[in-house]
Amino acid sequence: MSRYLIRRLLIAVPSLLGISLVLFTMLALAPGDPFGELATNPAIPPSVQASLRLKFGLDDPIPVRYLHWLTAMAHGDWGFSFVSRMDVDKLILQRLPTTIGVIGASQIVALLIALPVGVYAATRPYSIFDQIASTFALMGFSLPPFFTGLVFILVFSVGLNWFPFVFRSDLSASGLAWWWEEFKQCLMPITVLATFQAATWTRFVRSAVLDVIRLDYVTTARSKGLPESGVVLKHIVRNALIPVVTLIALQLPIVFSGAIVTEQIFRVPGIGSLLISAILANDTPVIMGVTFVFACLVVLFNLMADLIYGWLDPRISYR
Amino acid sequence: MNEQDLRGLIEDVRRGKLSRRGFTRAMVALGLTAPLATQMLMHSGVAVAAEKPVYKPTKRGGGGALKVLWWQGPTLLNPHFAVGTKDQDGSRLFYEPLAGWDPDGNLVPVLAAEIPTVDNGGLAEDGTSVTWKLKQGVKWHDGHPFTADDCVFNWEYVTDPATAAVTIGSYQDVKVVKVDDHTIRVEFKKPSPFWADAFVGSVGMVIPKHLYEPYKGAKSREAPANLAPVGTGPYLFVDFKPGDVVQGKLNPDYHMPNRPYFDTIEMKGGGDAVSAARAVLQTGEYDFAWNLQVEDEILKRLETSGKGRVEILPAGSIEHIQLNNTDPWTEVDGERSSIKTKHPFLTDPAVRQALNLLVDRASVQQYIYGRTGIATANYVNAPEKVVSKNTHYEFNVDKAIKLLDEAGWKPGADGVRAKNGVKLKAVYQTSINAPRQKTQAIVKQACQKAGIEVEIKSVTASVFFSSDVANLDTYPHFACDLQMYTTTMTQPDPGVFMRQFLSSEVASKANKFQGRNITRWQSEEYDKLHQASEKELDPVKRAALFIAMNDLLIKNVVVIPVVGRPSVAAAANNLHAPLSGWDNNTYALQDWYRDS
Amino acid sequence: MAGSTPASPTVDAAVVVVPPKTRARQVTPWTDAWRRFRRHRLAVVSSVVLLAMILAVAFGPLLWRVQINDIDFTAMLQTPSRAHPLGTDDLGQDLLARMLYGGRISLAVGLAAMAVSVVVGTLVGAVAGISRGSVDAALMWLTDLFLSLPPLPVLLLIIYLFRDTLKTLVGPELGIFVLIVAAIGAFRWMITARLVRAQFFALREKEFVEAARALGASTFRVVVRHILPNALGPVIVAGTIDVAAAIITESTLSFLGLGFPPDIPTWGRILFDAKDVLDSAPHWALFAGGAIFLTVLAINFIGDGLRDALDPRRVM
Repeated sequence: MSRYLIRRLLIAVPSLLGISLVLFTMLALAPGDPFGELATNPAIPPSVQASLRLKFGLDDPIPVRYLHWLTAMAHGDWGFSFVSRMDVDKLILQRLPTTIGVIGASQIVALLIALPVGVYAATRPYSIFDQIASTFALMGFSLPPFFTGLVFILVFSVGLNWFPFVFRSDLSASGLAWWWEEFKQCLMPITVLATFQAATWTRFVRSAVLDVIRLDYVTTARSKGLPESGVVLKHIVRNALIPVVTLIALQLPIVFSGAIVTEQIFRVPGIGSLLISAILANDTPVIMGVTFVFACLVVLFNLMADLIYGWLDPRISYR
Repeated sequence: MNEQDLRGLIEDVRRGKLSRRGFTRAMVALGLTAPLATQMLMHSGVAVAAEKPVYKPTKRGGGGALKVLWWQGPTLLNPHFAVGTKDQDGSRLFYEPLAGWDPDGNLVPVLAAEIPTVDNGGLAEDGTSVTWKLKQGVKWHDGHPFTADDCVFNWEYVTDPATAAVTIGSYQDVKVVKVDDHTIRVEFKKPSPFWADAFVGSVGMVIPKHLYEPYKGAKSREAPANLAPVGTGPYLFVDFKPGDVVQGKLNPDYHMPNRPYFDTIEMKGGGDAVSAARAVLQTGEYDFAWNLQVEDEILKRLETSGKGRVEILPAGSIEHIQLNNTDPWTEVDGERSSIKTKHPFLTDPAVRQALNLLVDRASVQQYIYGRTGIATANYVNAPEKVVSKNTHYEFNVDKAIKLLDEAGWKPGADGVRAKNGVKLKAVYQTSINAPRQKTQAIVKQACQKAGIEVEIKSVTASVFFSSDVANLDTYPHFACDLQMYTTTMTQPDPGVFMRQFLSSEVASKANKFQGRNITRWQSEEYDKLHQASEKELDPVKRAALFIAMNDLLIKNVVVIPVVGRPSVAAAANNLHAPLSGWDNNTYALQDWYRDS
Repeated sequence: MAGSTPASPTVDAAVVVVPPKTRARQVTPWTDAWRRFRRHRLAVVSSVVLLAMILAVAFGPLLWRVQINDIDFTAMLQTPSRAHPLGTDDLGQDLLARMLYGGRISLAVGLAAMAVSVVVGTLVGAVAGISRGSVDAALMWLTDLFLSLPPLPVLLLIIYLFRDTLKTLVGPELGIFVLIVAAIGAFRWMITARLVRAQFFALREKEFVEAARALGASTFRVVVRHILPNALGPVIVAGTIDVAAAIITESTLSFLGLGFPPDIPTWGRILFDAKDVLDSAPHWALFAGGAIFLTVLAINFIGDGLRDALDPRRVM
């Protein structure tokens, strides 16, 4: 097991290097340039663009630029944004608390909904409860967040005037009042994200539980006269967790990278909105910084999922 | 409209037959700018006094928080690095120019003690220099006095190519000399008809010498003040998160009395224009929202909530369709739309005229832009007497059909007209933006009726408006037949704007598509007119030259103007926010207040 | 994690994956599954609904002969009426015609992209799950890479590199279609792959797999006949979600200039265009949203039916 872990961690380094190389090349080749807006303004001479490109080393060949980025990164220098000229790590750190708060909370809420609903629906397949849960779940992922978000705004902000729909990272209140304000402004983005996520997960949990619930050992456990709750928790859920763990591992890195659409709708200053504006402005250092951290998290969490499989089902061997 | 007509109008203003504002509007409709119109009046000796905006508060502060929404938030706060208006608007919270432009194109002093004129000795008769007297007793936010040295330093800072300041265009052809501690002289290399560029408006914001001196040139990025501005403006810097929020608080030492009114200011970024309008007009969460490129129908509906109003200001932006003069479908020396080629059918004047007749500007205005886009052939908005007789706009499919028939373009079996094997099939591109796609749909339908097949193409804005040399989808490449976008006249003088049609400015592979002439239309007559305008010191004669250039463009259908786009903002009902279409939205932030 | 009964009919029923061509026996597991599927009422109804939708978008425009781009400024944002059964949009264009026309693309893209992502995902997951070692590591590296790629710049790059090539190769319409399906599929197969791989990890150690191996079954046979059928549960769920996601994503792609031209009214596109007037003209969004929902619902129940039909331990 530990040898397996060490081997996997050792593989992770070159594999991350490979990912970073592919990312960098793709971003460098993608169309658009960071100084496009300058070009459309007739008052700005083209020489400004040329000197900016020179200054930021944009005219160097891609391999040279990659090596620059990599060596700087190894020294802890993340580079700076072409657009705001601020250091990339600073930009990311500014956005991190909000992202983790909002997205993290929504993932937890989603999980808290999806697990019980999915398990309960699967233990009574095609019951009324299952049907209703299924319909809601399917509705949940048929409607994109830009749509549900808008419906929320129209109902709760415009219609009822309960919650603000512009998220403010600089609330002036303090103490309890601050928490209340924060709660009010977080509620809608968290709900929109959580319902979308819960809808997806409910379906997966239901399917995973359905897969094990019909197995012989469950019937055996039941016939031994074990209490139903015990059967569900010990015999069914634990064995149904493998796909669930896989999904959570796939989803958790998103807590870092944010949710672009929802952040845009509610103006949540998370990393998602940083990323999308960087992408639209072709601000390569910022895109690279965010996606590289994201890639590290993807690799890390998927590795953790692989380890948890073995704990959940000891028969899974690592070779 | 020639020089004499212009003089006649100015005479009308002098006699009070035409209001100054009416005159300015007429000039704007002619494709000129309000600042140029004011200059014409001043030069002709018609007294121009800027109307001071009403300002009621009698003491500084006490107004609470001012919350404004910029759906694209500022990403940097050094005015000399400003990538777009959003950055200039954000910088203007803290930094100020010597003077700004009011909505009628008048100069209003900010850091200047007075506006230079020939009479007060500020303007040299021969147009070679302008002398600015600076306000006394102005302090930077950190307590340092503001002096002429700061202005001279700004010029040095900007003109150093290693600084890579985007404002370099306004400063590189002048020399700035310190006369005394509170007087500077801007010297021009040659007699310059338009003198109010450096130190004025959005390019004129002054940064402090004592904080920026060590960071001139190559080290310009490292200045700590880039992220924490220290200026002279009405608000002190509190916090800045690029793209998210700029925060400021009242400047107790501000140099204008009783100002500012608000105790704090928050400029929030992010989101989209529609929801920004919603937050001001419908829920009242915010006091002001900027640049609302939203369909008027939606704005009107939101306005009925009664929380706010839409502010519409004339500005120099024109949504227009460009006709390619070169062949986009033939590659010459690895370049499409090469100046060595000729467009197979768009070079036929009949086809150009027909297309002009097929753009239903009235419907585009009525059903898409409403108040936010005024149908134009550059001439329509002007008072009756200035409407030129030879240019006007018209939507007439039958006439277009007749023109095409007469020119020998005969409908084929598929309904598409052709002549000598050349089919009237055009690709029409623009950036992705709902009103633009609707305009495309309207034009496409009309063209279809007249036997011109139009294929619609839309490119994501971040690609369309980039200067990527290798990407054919950018607008300077113009690798299709027709394209549509808005040119913004950001600068108050039309001289730079009009360079877009000079033969020497043709965009090509050789100049990395940085040439400004995108339509690749070439005319000796136009070039000569422009040359003359660069030397002409009399603003009235100069205006006549610009109008003549404009006439040429319209007569030859070089471009098809669709709608003029005023600047649109939303403000809470109780907010007094003086705005100008010729300067930044925040140009008079110190004068903003709220009815209690 | 299913199937502890070796050589159970479940396993044989998996023949769906490799369609049985010649089967001489009277009651094959295939007909058995079909019998069970028919008894799954919702699944049968859903199949009918989906088929009806496909027929409607395929032949509807031939019957409802209103042009999709007939602009009528006198009839803007009208609610459903006799002249316009689904109402009109903000240019007075008939929504029924647009829904029918756009549905062709939305359904085709949704189903095709789902197929791509399910097939690629299952293939990668299965190969990684059974082969372990370096093959597994390489495939998971690929999965991690695709998970890390920011879709937007990559899509722009794809358009930039391949649009014109594909257009000249297979014609503009089909070229864009292929590109869209590939692009959406490319960003959605990873979840399926990781799920299938995880299922394989658990299943490959099970007794019935050991038994099949001991009986001399080839790896290929073990995978296709014994493991894969038991790993299909999450694949079906992922497939349903993919259909919804693909229909929505298609509309965002056209904003990047990758999708069909913006004047082609796909369902996702209609939904997006309608959002700004949601409070004053909800009918505009309603039908597009409803159509997407109905498609997803139908596909989901068909998936459920399929899953249950393939599993003899019925739960109904």
